[in-house]
Amino acid sequence: MIPNSFQYHRPDSVDAAVALLTQYGDEARPLAGGHSLIPMMKLRMADVQHLVDLQAIGSLKGIAVAGGTVTIGAMTTQHELINDAALAKAVPLIREASLQIADPQVRYAGTLGGNVANGDPGNDMPGLMQCLDAVYTLSGPDGAREVAARDFYEAAYFTAREDNELLVSVRFDAPKGGYAYEKQKRKIGDYATAAAAVLIEKSGGKCTSASIAMTNLADTPVWCAAASEALVGSSLDDAAIGAAVAAMKSAIDPQEDNRGPVEFKTHVAGVVLARAISRAASRA
Amino acid sequence: MGKMHIKLTVNGKEEELLAEPRELLIHVLREELGITGPHIGCETSHCGACTVDMNGKSVKSCTVFAAQANGAEITTIEGLGNPDGLHVLQEMFKEHHGLQCGFCTPGMITRAYRFLQENPDPTEEEVRFGMSGNLCRCTGYQNIVKAILAAAAEMNAAKEAAQ
Ligand SMILES: Cc1cc2nc3c(=O)[nH]c(=O)nc-3n(C[C@H](O)[C@H](O)[C@H](O)COP(=O)(O)OP(=O)(O)OC[C@H]3O[C@@H](n4cnc5c(N)ncnc54)[C@H](O)[C@@H]3O)c2cc1C
Ligand code: FES
Ligand code: FES
Repeated sequence: MIPNSFQYHRPDSVDAAVALLTQYGDEARPLAGGHSLIPMMKLRMADVQHLVDLQAIGSLKGIAVAGGTVTIGAMTTQHELINDAALAKAVPLIREASLQIADPQVRYAGTLGGNVANGDPGNDMPGLMQCLDAVYTLSGPDGAREVAARDFYEAAYFTAREDNELLVSVRFDAPKGGYAYEKQKRKIGDYATAAAAVLIEKSGGKCTSASIAMTNLADTPVWCAAASEALVGSSLDDAAIGAAVAAMKSAIDPQEDNRGPVEFKTHVAGVVLARAISRAASRA
Repeated sequence: MGKMHIKLTVNGKEEELLAEPRELLIHVLREELGITGPHIGCETSHCGACTVDMNGKSVKSCTVFAAQANGAEITTIEGLGNPDGLHVLQEMFKEHHGLQCGFCTPGMITRAYRFLQENPDPTEEEVRFGMSGNLCRCTGYQNIVKAILAAAAEMNAAKEAAQ
């Protein structure tokens, strides 16, 4: 379990990191918490000649909640997301989901930026960010650009990020209404068999808006517009939840693996979504 | 690729060594520095046997490159206690049969140490959740949880007595 040799870099600014990524092209990879990349390097499934460690770039850290907008630096760890009081108050959905990721040791190391940039369909943050309609800021040699989380994921491990771009921050509006993150896993510390992120707003007993995203049920996260629409205008009764679950099932594309056959995963997806909708509705 | 100069503070002692960047922290500790308390269990980031405290966080040292740890402060089980002066957690693991073969124990205790720094008066459920990155194939966990709760009580009583 020893990875191939590489050259190690520890730049202290975004510009210096981007310069290294530009100089070395696809031979270089950013290193955040390392808890997806290092296992891949140990298995020699990732071939990296230049490792660009982001730990010394102070500007990539931090959580800001201001005027209803939340901005989170890429190098903010899952542990920090869980323990930030202002974030827990503004967006309790983040805390609820983060507590269901991996285990304590992994959460001290794993970052939001690494989790969303990785492109592994098993990661929980991409679906969560699609549910929140987050925007990612990428910095490259020609400056910064923004990409919506809902447009970022192309296929497993393929994203809209170019090799010489750094993901610097994630931004979204603090949602109103009720929320829930529901995840089915084989054991604590496991990736999802199926997971659902749900946001619901209600007025006068009727659902006025909804956002639903599913995790590990296709080669990208699945934001389900049709499932959300099935809830809007309803009283969030069993019939509406059933319609949302049916719409979700036709949007996902699970594959058989060691977490189970397609039928099982589809069934579990329905169960977690129904539970997440009910919990979000009870909090709306 | 060449070796690099690495400085670490391990259990309060400054260490300098040469290592390839790809060397894992667990290998540096065990093979270069002879600190064999942290164990290699799975080597795949799952079991927690290699847990050490790095800059105030519990980390799986099989999933940290030596190069990343350059400049870090590290505490291992050797830094918590020794046979002549056991740490309260070590005492309580002994008292409550929190170990059988002992393979997971250094990782368990090092993790429990950080967990109790963050949550000095935990419930049983919080202990189980806080220790969920450490696997044990012998004890069934029951006595590990008991030992940690007992250590928390001891530490809190000692703190009160000191005030
Ligand atoms: C035992 C175990 C269980 C886990 N369980 C879960 C789980 O249940 N759910 C879950 O979501 N995750 C899980 N993970 C993964 C964990 O959350 C990772 O930490 C996370 O996926 C990646 O974050 P990182 O900071 O460690 O990134 P790294 O591993 O450092 O990087 C991941 C990828 O993103 C790239 N990258 C990192 N940062 C940037 C950036 N700022 N800009 C551009 N590219 C960047 C890297 O080049 C690399 O390709 C688990 C990991 C382990 C070891
Ligand atoms: S040896 Fe590091 S987690 Fe198992
Ligand atoms: S005591 Fe044997 S693995 Fe825990």
